Amino acid sequence: MISPSQVEVDRDKGNFHYDTDYSFDAGIGLSEDVIRYISEVKEEDPWVLDFRLKALKTFEKKPMPTHWATEDLKNINFDVIRYYLAKGQKPSRTWDEVPDDVKNTFERLGIPEQERKFLAGVEAQFDSEAAYSRMNEELEKEGVIFVGSTEGLKEHPEIFRKWFGKVIPTSDNKFSALNSAVFSGGSFIYIPPGVKLAQPLQAYFRINAENFGQFERTLIIADEGSEVMYMEGCTAPKFETSTLHSAVVELVALKGAKIQYVTVQNWSNNVFNLVTKRALAEEEAEVRWIDCNIGSRLTMKYPGVILRGRKARGEVVSIALANDGQHQDTGAKMVHAADETSSNVVSKSISIGEGRSSYRGLVQMPGHLKGCKNNTECDALLINNNSQTDTYPAITVQGDANSVQHEASVSKVSAEQIFYMQQRGLGEAEAMSLCVNGFVNDLIREFPMEYSVELKRLIDLEMEGSVG
Amino acid sequence: MNSLKIENLQASIEDKAILHGLSLEIPKGEVHAIMGPNGSGKSTLAKVLSGHPSYKVDGGSATLDEENILGLEPDEISRLGLFLAFQYPMEVPGVTIANFIRAARNARLPEGEKVKAVDFYKELYEHMDDLGMDRKFTARSLNDGFSGGEKKRCEILQMSMLSPKYCILDETDSGLDIDALRVVSEGVNRMRNPDRGILVITHYQRLLEYIVPDYVHVMSEGKIVRTGGKELALELEERGYDWIKQEAVA
Ligand SMILES: Nc1ncnc2c1ncn2[C@@H]1O[C@H](COP(=O)(O)OP(=O)(O)OP(=O)(O)O)[C@@H](O)[C@H]1O
Ligand SMILES: [Mg+2]
Repeated sequence: MISPSQVEVDRDKGNFHYDTDYSFDAGIGLSEDVIRYISEVKEEDPWVLDFRLKALKTFEKKPMPTHWATEDLKNINFDVIRYYLAKGQKPSRTWDEVPDDVKNTFERLGIPEQERKFLAGVEAQFDSEAAYSRMNEELEKEGVIFVGSTEGLKEHPEIFRKWFGKVIPTSDNKFSALNSAVFSGGSFIYIPPGVKLAQPLQAYFRINAENFGQFERTLIIADEGSEVMYMEGCTAPKFETSTLHSAVVELVALKGAKIQYVTVQNWSNNVFNLVTKRALAEEEAEVRWIDCNIGSRLTMKYPGVILRGRKARGEVVSIALANDGQHQDTGAKMVHAADETSSNVVSKSISIGEGRSSYRGLVQMPGHLKGCKNNTECDALLINNNSQTDTYPAITVQGDANSVQHEASVSKVSAEQIFYMQQRGLGEAEAMSLCVNGFVNDLIREFPMEYSVELKRLIDLEMEGSVG
Repeated sequence: MNSLKIENLQASIEDKAILHGLSLEIPKGEVHAIMGPNGSGKSTLAKVLSGHPSYKVDGGSATLDEENILGLEPDEISRLGLFLAFQYPMEVPGVTIANFIRAARNARLPEGEKVKAVDFYKELYEHMDDLGMDRKFTARSLNDGFSGGEKKRCEILQMSMLSPKYCILDETDSGLDIDALRVVSEGVNRMRNPDRGILVITHYQRLLEYIVPDYVHVMSEGKIVRTGGKELALELEERGYDWIKQEAVA
């Protein structure tokens, strides 16, 4: 183990500085040394270090995707970010063992309470590493694996190495390369054949430090005929400077398996949230991404499903709320690669004040396939005159043995509607909340009950903040 | 005195003066009607009293049971007890009638308190039955895709559920068929009581046969130019507005 005193002076372990709160700190900026430091702290196998170092090269070579994405990406300064911060690498199995400040953080976020009420397993990540990780013992006996990425790669390489980086290759985009170089934390999950989890597994990602980058890596493998629901929540405190969250999430649903991946993110306005999420669905498998994006300065996220087996199904259900100073650039990718595959995308975005939301959809259906279906609906709601929305659908369909439906709408909450509602006694913010809730209500029902309550509350809070 | 009292009210929109010193008092327990040519400022009066943000008050006063309402937020005025049944009710997609009225009821309770769902629905259904509205409407989005007549009924439904102290009905009769006119009028008549003042804006004498007013006022160019009993409505129906306008100028 590396002690803080060593860390402070050991320049060749990376250009880092010591921080009393963290035992492990890779310092500021990105270099090969930083990566070696992370790998060493995690006591990784050489192949993982190799993987990371190659990824760094890829990251350095790849340009920012500003030819199609927003110029705001240029404002990310990779040299001032801290890439690894941890109190320790081993997550605790009981909340009592978690350091007080960290425990208090999660208690305030309600995690231990949710765990008692309805979760089969919880992982709580604080900056770079999980502080707490525990799963129902019954499930453990059935062979379910729910661990962090470090443990997953070290202790179960025979399961995870096969799929690691296969759904989303390092070179997929600049940020998947960055994640591949510096990843830490996230969940590695394996559900054995036929095991159906009645309760969800949950991960919570908390950014605590300023100028920090969180790069969790998640890989979920649902073996044949198994079922799992995974939920993730995220928050960060508000800092003056920007924070980077850049995760990679890979899902593998083998024959007949079902994965539901639910996200409720509530980032503060300083977070660049650039996340790559993709799933592979084999024969008759089903993958649903259920996604709610609130907050952040810029979110770019287009969950995808590669429908590789016959009759595989993919779905993206997403809600995005862009308030002043925020840009929610979200969408979905559906790649049909087998006959009779079907995909469904329902996206609703809300732009408030100067907020901007964009939808980017991609549907691929090569002509040699038969009986494929896609349905895409994207609706935007604008709350003020200066709110903004745009839609960039890219649908490639060849052949005529397939069917694609696309619908898009933009509506506006008018001052007259708000006046009408206020005349009945509702405050302005409440009136807007009702309109917004009404707009997304059918999608909120797709979220687990415990989350939908939280979601409504979050939306109310956003609306309250948006009126003078 | 307990009344909705308007004195010398002047108001404008986009620098165009519409109300030119209007005075009117509606004591509790009375029903007043305003008639007047198109564009004379009847809806403007209703919206100014309701605190519509687009209008500017240039002078005068308006009080509700001696409490000033000018300059308050629309929702504050509403909670003080003023209800406006709109000439053109807004459509609000996604918000169901039931949820909307419930939120409006909750807004009248102390912080943290809520109406009980069971009691609420019982009351809501009773009022809907009275107004001849299908109970399925509770789950429909507010006014969304409603016919003109359905919208007007929905206004009266909200009015009866919110028990305001003062009601302004802006052309609630326009667009109603004969049966609906009767049903809606009955709804309004049920709300007539010594603790409530009602102002009915209409173009048609016929409505005033159902909702018989204590006073009829004629509004022209942003002012009340004549006040009389219910027979004034009949006279207007026969003679139009020109003679009053001429008298007013003279
Ligand atoms: N935004 C606006 N800008 C300028 N003038 C306006 C605006 N809104 C209303 N007006 C004018 O105010 C005047 C009064 O309108 P108001 O709707 O109050 O009339 P009304 O008496 O209710 O008419 P009706 O009987 O047709 O309902 C009209 O001349 C109208 O054109
Ligand atoms: Mg009018």
